[in-house]
Amino acid sequence: MSTIIQVNKVSKSYWRNNLEIPVLQDLTLNVEEGEFLALMGPSGSGKTTLLNLIAGIDRPSKGDLTVAGTDIAKLNESGLAKWRSENVGFVFQFYNLIPVLTAYENVELPLLLTKLSKSERRKHVEATLNIVGLGDRMNHYPKQLSGGQEQRVAIARAVVTDPVILVADEPTGDLDKTSADEILTLMERLNKEFKKTIVMVTHDPHAAERASRLLQLDKGDLVLEPI
Amino acid sequence: MKVFKLIFKNALRHKLRTTLTIFGIAIAVIAFGLLRTVVTIWDSSVDAAGADRLITRQAVSFIFPLPVAYKTKIEAVPGVESVCGAVWFGGTYKDKSNFFARVAMDDNFFELYPEFIVSEEDFNRYKNERNGCIVGKSIADQYNFKVGDIIVLDGDIFPGRWEFVVSGIYLPQNKNTDGTQMLFHYDYLNETIKQNTPGRGDQIFWYIIKIEDIKNSAEISEQIDALFKNSTAETKTETEKAFAQSFVSASGAIITAMNFMSFAIIGIIMLVLANTMVMSARERTREYAVFKTLGFSAIHLTGLILGESMLIACIGGGIGISLLYPIVSGFEQVMPKGFFPFFFIEPITIILAVSSALLIGILAAVFPIHKALNTKIVDGFRFVG
Repeated sequence: MSTIIQVNKVSKSYWRNNLEIPVLQDLTLNVEEGEFLALMGPSGSGKTTLLNLIAGIDRPSKGDLTVAGTDIAKLNESGLAKWRSENVGFVFQFYNLIPVLTAYENVELPLLLTKLSKSERRKHVEATLNIVGLGDRMNHYPKQLSGGQEQRVAIARAVVTDPVILVADEPTGDLDKTSADEILTLMERLNKEFKKTIVMVTHDPHAAERASRLLQLDKGDLVLEPI
Repeated sequence: MKVFKLIFKNALRHKLRTTLTIFGIAIAVIAFGLLRTVVTIWDSSVDAAGADRLITRQAVSFIFPLPVAYKTKIEAVPGVESVCGAVWFGGTYKDKSNFFARVAMDDNFFELYPEFIVSEEDFNRYKNERNGCIVGKSIADQYNFKVGDIIVLDGDIFPGRWEFVVSGIYLPQNKNTDGTQMLFHYDYLNETIKQNTPGRGDQIFWYIIKIEDIKNSAEISEQIDALFKNSTAETKTETEKAFAQSFVSASGAIITAMNFMSFAIIGIIMLVLANTMVMSARERTREYAVFKTLGFSAIHLTGLILGESMLIACIGGGIGISLLYPIVSGFEQVMPKGFFPFFFIEPITIILAVSSALLIGILAAVFPIHKALNTKIVDGFRFVG
């Protein structure tokens, strides 16, 4: 297995009212291809910030960040947008589906940026929705789905482009236990069966147990790295 | 799924808000079109003036007459092709609200005004009827005048009961030609006046002068006015356009106010649409963050927001323009008859209305686009609307 995510002495600070707030400090971390990594830690520990940096939706203040062979800290906005569309899938705590689009249309969204034809897009979307068990709910709008189903649509949208990495921010944070288990099982399947590298932020120890590796963050630094 | 479908769905997300905004734009376009129509019609009387015609009137005001003897002196000025005397008759046809121009003219009037098309048959009949008159097609249709009908006017400038026979009907050459005039023989008017009030005979209110070369209009005007300098009735000669302009400029403040209002309406409705778009964009801050996360570029987001704004503006503008025609027609019906010699929507009004609707759509989207593009993805996800 090769290293797919290399975080090398990365720091990240935010500015509020001319006050620098350090979030991550000289953090170093490697993630191997095919890993299912869980990030845990108290609120404000920097886990979501780290996830955002890995996903290329935020930029480090300092340090090197290479993901899927690209030094993403050096990409400009449009380059970063293109890189994200080709390499990363996102799963959010609150699903973030577009309410005026059906499940099918939500999953199709990332494919609109590719050169696939309409029929090819349809094939990909249907196959992905079948994988997440929603083949019979393609024409349902988000408000017509349960929370667990919405999250499965969000996962389908994240993986429909066949990205190298899947990042998930509290994917079960808004779900009941049964739905959460279903989502975690689905993510395990994506990791083991479809060889997706997954980085997941969670507060839930049961969710973290499903990962192949667990990291603890506190005050912007790794405090525990169990093998 | 196409981007246009998403734009359409976004526009319909708040149906009531979008509907009200669309109707606001439609009403603004109608108000704009109506005001512009009045303004352009007002100005078109000036535009319709012939470039090769001069008007000579009393230097003080055209309500003071000039001697009929001036005609031969003006005809003798080099560069003058022909001269036609005219007298404003005024009077009332049945009711004061039945307003249309009634003017006594020399018989060569139709040579000077080829845009007033009259058939040879009608003109010959007119020449042979002492109290004959020729009426414009518009008033012939409006009052159902036919050849042979008698028109009775109550005189005010020239008191008495005046009877005229409709000898013919003239057709306006184009939309800008006044089709609401009643023209009759100056000789009939003059002879009758001389019989009733001899002191008021042989007077002309203004002379219409056709010149051979429009380049000489200033020089000829000066020569004509010089002829009558220091006389009891000094003249002022100017182009027909300037003469018409002097009437319009009397209403200049109203026209300027209407012009200002027409564009103020556009400005107000732009703010309404901008408000709608700002609210929509604010509500979708998280969604724009999602789009950016998925890899959609600034161009895509600009297209989504601008497309929605343009869609609303175009639907509103389209409805407004479609309704403008029947509303202008209805407006014409309720206006006092003959108030405007012609009333129609100029193509420039439609062009301005369409351009305004498109401009509104673009400008209303500027701020939401700027906001959406400059909000960081992480800030977008943190946004609580």
